[in-house]
Amino acid sequence: MERASLFERKLVVPALRDSFVKLDPRTLVRNPVMFTTAVVAAVATVVMVRNLAIGSGDPLFEGQLVFWLWLTVLFGNFAEALAEGRGKAQAQSLRSTKDQLVAYRLLQNGSVEEIPATQLHAGDVVRVIQGQLIPADGEVIAGVASVNEAAITGESAPVIREAGGDRSAVTAGTMVIADQIDIKVTAEPGSGFLDRMIALVEGASRQKTPNEIALTVLLTGLTLIFLIAVGTLPAFAAYAGGEIAVPVLIALFVALIPTTISGLLSAIGIAGMDRLIRFNVLAKSGRAVEAAGDISTLLLDKTGTITIGDRQASEFVPLPGVALGDLVAAARLSSLADTTPEGRSIVALAGDGDAMPEGAEPIAFTSQTRVSGLMIGERALIKGAVDAVLRRLGDKADPTAAAALRQASEGIARSGGTPLAVADGNRLLGVVHLKDIVKAGIRERFAELRRMGIRTVMITGDNPLTAASITAESGVDDFLAEATPEDKLALIRKEQAGGKLVAMCGDGTNDAPALAQSDVGVAMNTGTQAAREAGNMVDLDSDPTKLIEIIGIGKQLLMTRGALTTFSIANDVAKYFAILPAIFVVLYPSLGVLNVMGLATPSSAILSAIIFNAIIIPLLVPLALKGVAYRPMPAASQLLRNLGIYGLGGVVAPFIGIKLIDIAVAGLGLA
Amino acid sequence: MNHILPSLRLWIATLLICVLAYGAVVLGFAQTVAPFQANGSIIVQDGRPIGSRLIAQNFTQDRYFWPRPSAADYNGMGAMGSNLSPTSDKLKQRAAETVSRYAAAQDDPIPADLVAASGGGLDPHISLAGARYQAGRVAAARGLPVRSVEAVIDRLAFAPGGAFAPDRIVNVLELNMALDKLGR
Amino acid sequence: MLASLLTVALIVGGAALLSWPLGRFMAALFSGRYAKADILFARIAGSSKDQDWKAYSVALLVFNAVMFAFVFALLSLQHLLPLNPDGQGPASIHLIFNTTASFVTNTNLQHYSGESTWSYLAQLAGLMWLQFVSAATGIAALAALARGIAGHPSMGNFFIDLQRAAFCVLLPIALVVALSLAASGVPMTLEGAAQVTTLEGAAQTIARGPAAAFVAIKQLGTNGGGFFGPNSTHPFENPTLWANFIEMFAIIIIPMACVWMFGRMIGRIRHAGAIFGVMAALLLVKITAVIAFEATPSQAFADLPIEQNVGNLEGKELRLGATTGPLWAAITTSTSNGSVGAMHDSLNPLAGLVPMAGMWLNETFGGVGVGMINMFLYIIVAVFVAGMMVGRTPEYLGHRIEGREMRLAVLALISHPVLILGGTALFAATSWGVDTLANSGAHGFSEILYEFSSSAANNGSGFEGLGDNTAPWNWATGIVMLIGRYLPILVPLAIVGSLMAKRRSAESAGTLSVEGNTFGIMLLITILIFGALTFFPAAALGPIAEHVTLMR
Repeated sequence: MERASLFERKLVVPALRDSFVKLDPRTLVRNPVMFTTAVVAAVATVVMVRNLAIGSGDPLFEGQLVFWLWLTVLFGNFAEALAEGRGKAQAQSLRSTKDQLVAYRLLQNGSVEEIPATQLHAGDVVRVIQGQLIPADGEVIAGVASVNEAAITGESAPVIREAGGDRSAVTAGTMVIADQIDIKVTAEPGSGFLDRMIALVEGASRQKTPNEIALTVLLTGLTLIFLIAVGTLPAFAAYAGGEIAVPVLIALFVALIPTTISGLLSAIGIAGMDRLIRFNVLAKSGRAVEAAGDISTLLLDKTGTITIGDRQASEFVPLPGVALGDLVAAARLSSLADTTPEGRSIVALAGDGDAMPEGAEPIAFTSQTRVSGLMIGERALIKGAVDAVLRRLGDKADPTAAAALRQASEGIARSGGTPLAVADGNRLLGVVHLKDIVKAGIRERFAELRRMGIRTVMITGDNPLTAASITAESGVDDFLAEATPEDKLALIRKEQAGGKLVAMCGDGTNDAPALAQSDVGVAMNTGTQAAREAGNMVDLDSDPTKLIEIIGIGKQLLMTRGALTTFSIANDVAKYFAILPAIFVVLYPSLGVLNVMGLATPSSAILSAIIFNAIIIPLLVPLALKGVAYRPMPAASQLLRNLGIYGLGGVVAPFIGIKLIDIAVAGLGLA
Repeated sequence: MNHILPSLRLWIATLLICVLAYGAVVLGFAQTVAPFQANGSIIVQDGRPIGSRLIAQNFTQDRYFWPRPSAADYNGMGAMGSNLSPTSDKLKQRAAETVSRYAAAQDDPIPADLVAASGGGLDPHISLAGARYQAGRVAAARGLPVRSVEAVIDRLAFAPGGAFAPDRIVNVLELNMALDKLGR
Repeated sequence: MLASLLTVALIVGGAALLSWPLGRFMAALFSGRYAKADILFARIAGSSKDQDWKAYSVALLVFNAVMFAFVFALLSLQHLLPLNPDGQGPASIHLIFNTTASFVTNTNLQHYSGESTWSYLAQLAGLMWLQFVSAATGIAALAALARGIAGHPSMGNFFIDLQRAAFCVLLPIALVVALSLAASGVPMTLEGAAQVTTLEGAAQTIARGPAAAFVAIKQLGTNGGGFFGPNSTHPFENPTLWANFIEMFAIIIIPMACVWMFGRMIGRIRHAGAIFGVMAALLLVKITAVIAFEATPSQAFADLPIEQNVGNLEGKELRLGATTGPLWAAITTSTSNGSVGAMHDSLNPLAGLVPMAGMWLNETFGGVGVGMINMFLYIIVAVFVAGMMVGRTPEYLGHRIEGREMRLAVLALISHPVLILGGTALFAATSWGVDTLANSGAHGFSEILYEFSSSAANNGSGFEGLGDNTAPWNWATGIVMLIGRYLPILVPLAIVGSLMAKRRSAESAGTLSVEGNTFGIMLLITILIFGALTFFPAAALGPIAEHVTLMR
């Protein structure tokens, strides 16, 4: 998907406008800290106006203070609006797609009526022909069609959608570019995939996640503590025989409460979802993104994830007494009609040879026979799984040859390969060694995951021997061999009972229970509707390796939140040293020694602190939106690193920042 | 409320064991093994109690060593500290009075413990320096050579905790009793 | 210098070493290893049912209500009851309320002098009894908390736990301590005050009484209430340096052992090690600071011909050496004990800040049982922030921390500054506080601040110059002590109750480890930041203002 850069004009301008719209107290109250800031800013405004009216106070100072207080609130709103804006732009184009949708509904009597797509209900059947947009999410119930899903995935290569099987799901807004299909609508109006996607990218339906709620509680708690710490100061000052002006108290309060993280909190959450979307993964909730960071067990399908999708022929192993040439020729002939990558790899390995003989008939692979090959007249050249070939030959096979065949095939299986038996008529010739090719760099990825504390489990339909050997080669931690969907579900339940959080991906309808059971279930967009409903994320690219990156994104989201919280709180140390001496020096002149930054005047000190407090929000917006740098490493090092950068940095940065602002403020004669 | 009955039973049980039994054991042990200490380390001279070894009593006459100042005025029933802070004018004033009572001067400064009031106001000790500081006055009042007074001080001075508290101190009551025994 | 080092090493190091076997014993005890004793305790209590956090909390509250009611009645009626050789009369209702609240809550804030206010019966059956059972309440609560975190289905039975703590932990050690103290000079008699005639012929009345038994449990249970007014500066409570060492040992040993007990009960001794390390580090910093600040001579004597070469001596006892006064000040306020070995009001300003800081943090070992419970609250906050920083939704030992837990933790943590700063503000701005001060200016403010800090932290020490036996002080601090006691005990139990109900997740290299240095640093920073941000303004207007004024 095309994404706008961070501060593009078309995003910033509406965000600026929205910053003011979001001043609506009903919106603000969702963020208690910012709401409090707005309330005290309002109080400061009233005090300033009153002081102006009665001619007391320092109008220039108070005016600036009020200005920066409001700016603090606006900056927080701006951060949120900017994060939302990035999604909104995209939602806009999706929505315009949706508005154009027209449906041709099939009626009981066989006729077709044209209605707006919004009037479709689950259970309706619509017909979509070449060149039309699919009006609603559904299952193909008749026909095959080539569909362009670029509107959703950004990928312009068309995909095949057909009735039955795992490729039956279609999505509203995608275009049929060839043939026609009948679709049974599965989504009620307004709850389809497109609708959900619009809501997601817009951030409109964003619910606070449990972690955000807990963090908001902590931040509210801190706000209360500072309310007490600051609210008791007038009484303390009264004891010392002085008083503190209300605007100054408000400035101290706002400087201390965690406005920085509160202003950026929802932007961080939206940006996290947004990062996933840019990664072509749709999370159905923010909670799912956070859960991704917690994953401790990762179930990965072997094919396409650990190994490149197809096995390759690597060797011909003739049985004793069979010439290698005979085996190679037979294997080649039997594969000539086979267009699967495996078949093609056999032909390629065999090298040059005869063309397809006249009148030869291909023997197609069926799930019953599980062999394929070529009939040349009466001569049947077949290849297939060892058991399948032996079963087909029955007692016509030579027992000695059969035993030798088994022996050879076991050797191959043990080394991780897949043996493919080849027979010419009733004569067993040997086996072709098909090899799984483990993806380059996958071993390093697993080692990395292990360091992050994540256990990887390979899911494969292979036998345990083959699985074990790929396990050894790829460095995956464990495997589940000859896996059925039920096995997968049982494994997930077992892991969860042991306190693990499990992630997996799947596409078939029979994956749905496991997808639903797992903590993070990524459904492939090419998969069935059932799978897409069951998972809590949908991968638009249908690339199972992405699970690893999804975990990283989840972790990054939480780390950004934690880092900015730490930064925000650490800032308070410097703010104390800026503002407290300014206030207390009136009560006890010798407390001026606390002015370690050597700020020019009490007024400039207070102003500088509050200016720093305000502008740090927009300065951190890029960090909030991009997320803190994430590198896979053990938790302890991760913590130390972030503590160093955001904790220590959070203590030091404002000392420098406030001092610089103070120089500017004093230099400009603002206070 | 099924918690009330167990609470009441525990009330009785803990009173019996933690107060009655515990108190009786400690009382019995103390009165048998260390009756002198158990009854307040009261020193009896010529059949009459003259004070506690652990409790400061006031001395005002020149012939006796004076104890540290007492915020409680040496009242054994109302022990207390001055609770004055180092910034307190009252403390400065009190210190000035003490200094003038001892007639201390810049070339003959008085050890701090003779000026600072103790925590309970009943500290029975003074520092070795504090005792030596007073030796001249006491010797003069008693007509004794300073050396013999200092000898008594040295005999009675002790480090209260060996290496843990090496600064030597003297018990004022014991010191004065020893002097009285010395005569004059 | 050497003497100070030796003393600190002996007390802190020795107690740390001894706390290990004691913690092991306590963990075994509270895990039901001594079945015969438990059967006996069940018979005594008539209750042995397993309790969930709610039932446990209610049982705790009911028993504490009985404690309150009984002692309130006893103190009110002391003049009609036996064992009153000095004829103590009735005390005011607000003093009785304050004293009862103070001892029920393990605070032992004393707005009176024991020798001139309470009968021996009131001191023994009332106050000393509370010193046992209130300490036992704290230990029991920790045992319940540990069981919850360990994942036990129930929190145990409060009535059994209380007896285990009182009879098997406090009583035997108290006996040893009491007998040693009696041998070293602490009185133990039921005779009334001694009448003596001094060498100069004046009459002196010397208060005494059953002090040895009382002093032992007051130290051991982090109670701190003195038998005599000036507490452990009184020669009868603290007659020799060796008695002083035994008492300091007694103050800190059980709070230290509670950490190990917690670690063993949850099966995570290395976690306990990290916590212990953080507590010990903070304690050592405080000890170093207070000893250093107190080595400065009193500024009040600066312009007079006074030889000051041993630091500030006002309010200190010579027999206890130069180090133990400030050392005791750090230990007693770190552990919520509150007995004093030197008068805190007379400490140098920054030295006086250290005890206050100890009470603001209130978990550098803290009160028996409750110190570790307080630390639990900080751990929750620390792992929450740290958990996010390692990229996971925060969890503690596999228990996910979410809104409800955070709400409760924040409630308990906020209550501390609310009580301290709110109370101080009220009394600093009104005649309730201002008219009762012994010192003026910033130090007077410190006296008020200290009193509320001590009450909220259930410490009980004081800047005793404060004329605090007034109705406003008695009522206000009484209420503060009650809230400051029960909220931080019950809230953590509720948190654990809520955590127990959740699916527990397994730990891995990706989860935040609660062992080792990294976690320790995080916890330390959390405590310091929380404490500093909350109390820095008040500290600046009290001790710091006094100090900088002094410096000029």
